[in-house]
Amino acid sequence: MNDLGFGLALLVVGMGGTLLSLWILSLLVLLLKRFFPYEEVKKADGRVTK
Amino acid sequence: MNEALWAGFEGLLLGVSHLTLGHLVMLVIGGLLLYLGIRHGFEPLLLVPIGFGALLVNIPLAGLMEKGGILRTFYDAGVLTEMFPLLIFVGIGAMTDFTPLLENPKILLLGAAGQFGIFSTLLLALALGFTRLESVSIGIIGACDGPTAIYVTSRFAPHLLGAVSVAAYSYMSLVPLIQPPIMKLLTTQREKNVVMAPVRKSVSGRTKILFPIVATVLTSIIAPLGTPLMGMIMLGNLLKESGVVPRLKQASEQEIANVVTLLLGLSIGATMQAERFLKIETLLIMVLGLAAITFDTVMGLLFGKLMYLATRGKINPLIGAAGISAFPMAARVAQAEGQRYNKKNYLLMHAMGANTGGQIGSVMAAAIMLSVLRRLGIG
Repeated sequence: MNDLGFGLALLVVGMGGTLLSLWILSLLVLLLKRFFPYEEVKKADGRVTK
Repeated sequence: MNEALWAGFEGLLLGVSHLTLGHLVMLVIGGLLLYLGIRHGFEPLLLVPIGFGALLVNIPLAGLMEKGGILRTFYDAGVLTEMFPLLIFVGIGAMTDFTPLLENPKILLLGAAGQFGIFSTLLLALALGFTRLESVSIGIIGACDGPTAIYVTSRFAPHLLGAVSVAAYSYMSLVPLIQPPIMKLLTTQREKNVVMAPVRKSVSGRTKILFPIVATVLTSIIAPLGTPLMGMIMLGNLLKESGVVPRLKQASEQEIANVVTLLLGLSIGATMQAERFLKIETLLIMVLGLAAITFDTVMGLLFGKLMYLATRGKINPLIGAAGISAFPMAARVAQAEGQRYNKKNYLLMHAMGANTGGQIGSVMAAAIMLSVLRRLGIG
């Protein structure tokens, strides 16, 4: 493989891999948010904390 | 008697007699780094020890980088072993709040787009005649992430460590000067005026705790050789979000980070010996570093424009420029530029999300590069 082929391979795999990995990670975050939704907590004195 | 006097006199002049033009130039460069750090506040935490390290190592016959010398000891113990950048990562993780990113996870994609400079600069470096491993180390300046640049360069091209580190930290501090003209050029007036909806609180404490664990496992399975990088930053974040180890969190973000920053800066400065640093390659690396950050910004903005179209105008493309790892400068630049065009525009939290996405993206890009190089048999 020549240098141009090497550089282009890294460009395609590197950018593609980074985009794909972070996209999967963003989906996992959405899943986490669905399983563990944000809730306001009511304290004994009636105050609402977040 | 006369002979002894003459020898003593010569001994006093030993330093002066060994002083070369190269040493003098490097003393000026060390002084310039100190000036930029002290007078102008450009990344002073790193540039001050780097500049001073450069002064120390260019004093003739001082021998600080010879075997047994104090700077050589720091370098061998912390940089060659990759320990210093990894410990810095624990501190960065402990200081980073990923909440804005978790509120709007699709912004993570901007953090991926902002890594384009790594790979495009790598291509440019190859075209200019650098070897493959040198090109990888130069490209990593585009991560806009000092510890990642140091980690990769110390592994693949330690002789370029000084130039790559100085370029990385210098350009990170110059983000407020480099990015605005590109942002102005690549976005329309309509895009600049987009007011993004306020960030809504939607992230539970459990999600914040689970995120560093999930991110470490996922990214490490995809690119195992990046596990030390991602693992350390996420460990630091877990210390912060778990809330049960305040002493470890504080130690990571303060005591450990401060001590390691000092030693790391001195070690990098110590690699700036005249005979290694004063080369045409150093100038090329500085130019390529600027190109890397420019490419990052361009691709981040273009991806921001794509998201603007995909969301029918709900995302302001200016936050795309924040998809790099220079935290929090890039986010502040996006906020300032947004305000410049529309006073009602508060992009800071959205840009912070993109910026923390850039931190993860830079580590991920480096991790993938390490894995690909290993697969190609050259890592």
